[in-house]
Amino acid sequence: MLIQIKNLTKTYQRLEGAINAVDNLSLDIPRGEFVTITGTSGSGKTTLLLILGGLLQPTTGSLIYNGKEINLHNDNDLATFRSKHVGFVMQSFALIPYLTATENIMIALNVKNKNKHENKKRAIELLEWVGLADRTTHYPKELSAGQQQRVAIARALANNPDLLLADEPTGNLDPGLSEEILTILKEINQKQSTTVVMVTHSPVAAEYGTLRIKLNNGILIN
Amino acid sequence: MTLTELTIKELWHRKSQLISGLLAITLGIGVIVGIRSISVVSEKAVAVNLDNLGANILVLPQAASVDNYYAADIDAPTFSESYVEKIVTSTLPGVDNMSPKLTRRVKIGNENIVLTGILPKSEIASKPIWQSGGLLGNKVNPSCAPKAGAEKTKNIDPKLQRKGIETLASNDCFLGSAVAQKFKLKENGKLTIQGKEFNVVKVLPETGTVDDDRVFANLHEVQALLGTGEQISAIEIMGCCSAISEGLLSKLRNILPDTRITTIGQIVSTQIETNRMMNKISLVFLIIILFVGSISIGNYIWANVNERRKEIGILRMIGYHKKQVYYILILKALIIGIVGGVLGYVLGTLAAIWLGPLFIGIEVSPIYSLLFLSIAISIIISIIGSVIPAYMAGKIEPFSNMQED
Repeated sequence: MLIQIKNLTKTYQRLEGAINAVDNLSLDIPRGEFVTITGTSGSGKTTLLLILGGLLQPTTGSLIYNGKEINLHNDNDLATFRSKHVGFVMQSFALIPYLTATENIMIALNVKNKNKHENKKRAIELLEWVGLADRTTHYPKELSAGQQQRVAIARALANNPDLLLADEPTGNLDPGLSEEILTILKEINQKQSTTVVMVTHSPVAAEYGTLRIKLNNGILIN
Repeated sequence: MTLTELTIKELWHRKSQLISGLLAITLGIGVIVGIRSISVVSEKAVAVNLDNLGANILVLPQAASVDNYYAADIDAPTFSESYVEKIVTSTLPGVDNMSPKLTRRVKIGNENIVLTGILPKSEIASKPIWQSGGLLGNKVNPSCAPKAGAEKTKNIDPKLQRKGIETLASNDCFLGSAVAQKFKLKENGKLTIQGKEFNVVKVLPETGTVDDDRVFANLHEVQALLGTGEQISAIEIMGCCSAISEGLLSKLRNILPDTRITTIGQIVSTQIETNRMMNKISLVFLIIILFVGSISIGNYIWANVNERRKEIGILRMIGYHKKQVYYILILKALIIGIVGGVLGYVLGTLAAIWLGPLFIGIEVSPIYSLLFLSIAISIIISIIGSVIPAYMAGKIEPFSNMQED
């Protein structure tokens, strides 16, 4: 089992009172699955994804990764966890605008490996793999939305993560490009045995999941 | 791509922000350097001007008072001329010049005059005001004088210079303006004192001091005339004001324990007060610039952090720690500090070189040691200003890149 979530709750304090975005949720995610999380807006799916990636600290509950409990309340431990085990693909691509495609990947590689020459080589390989061999020196604004998302996927794979988290990765793309991106994610899942967890609104995208879960008001309903 | 390279690329990417940040610190440092450059030179110029007023330290016999010295009574105490040698051989720093004197009130006919024996070279060098009157031309170069700006060579009649400095013969004398008027004497006239005839080499310009009532003759001739042997009434010393404030008087007292050493208080205190005032002005400006500069840089880095919330969120998301976010921002402040310090030094120096002669009539030369000071102050300003924004940047959540603008 790659991930075990036990009694996870995330409470936000609002003027109208406390709201549980994730409510006492327990879930097991086996290694190598392509998990899709669906649900209405405010159902807690992005909150769950953030907690899974160590981006957000839960109010209560525990996260066991590869049999080892992650300290969800230590900022440094979470940063190390993210750099070693998790890759992220966001709806908004999350690329640094003044870095080229290669440099955007190199900055992720630099977290673990300080060898600039090796990092550059690896970044170019990754760009070739996502079909952007001729866009290595392009800045994000010089790339189309689909190309930017592919750079983001290449960056997510930079440090060979076991877990790839995608938050609405096709949300800003047209159907043709969406399919391209979903195909790449599927390939990553199947060829590299990387566990993919994807949050999506799209029923078509949800179909890619080998394990499909649905949330409502922070509770697992399916 | 390292974090250092990322920082440099980000600086270059936001050029307009970089320029405004650099401008704030460059102007601040420029003001400090400009003021300091001018104040250092003007301090020295003031010191030279005050030194030009004459000696500022008086060495008298233990039993004598300053009044005795000026009254020049016949029985005023004296001490050995060999004391001059003691001072010369001690090579004390800050003793720019000295003039041993024997002074006695004598009668010429029914008139009282003050006969003063001097060693001409040293006497004249310690009385540069005479030089401006056209008597002699050896340049005054006090140890606290500036190399440029305040010091200007006078146009001196070389004939007078030779006569006065090198050959104040046993029968030559200078007359104070009042004495010359009293005896209706001019240059090349004759004056008989106690049976000895003196040639009048020069009538000194009016100074408004006791010197106007003096007749100056060679010290050794005066000693012989008065029968005092190798005795003198006083040694006038022109000491550098900063050396005086650093304890020159007590050092002199150690060398000459059985003498009375005093300063001509007004001159010395004016010099020291001027230096203090200049330093205080520089310090006040330094504090203001430190304060305003830090706020400006803080504001700049703060705005930069807010603009970069998403970028910082991305870096945190891909696994960078808080300390690495601090590193990026502090490095940025450091770069701005170094560049701003260098530019501020250049700007301030150029402004001082241009404005110094224009407004206060002194020539200013670059002070190279201020370059290091400028960079150090600039870095301090930048780092102080960026500490709080960097701390706040560390608090940016790693999922900030997902939030809408």
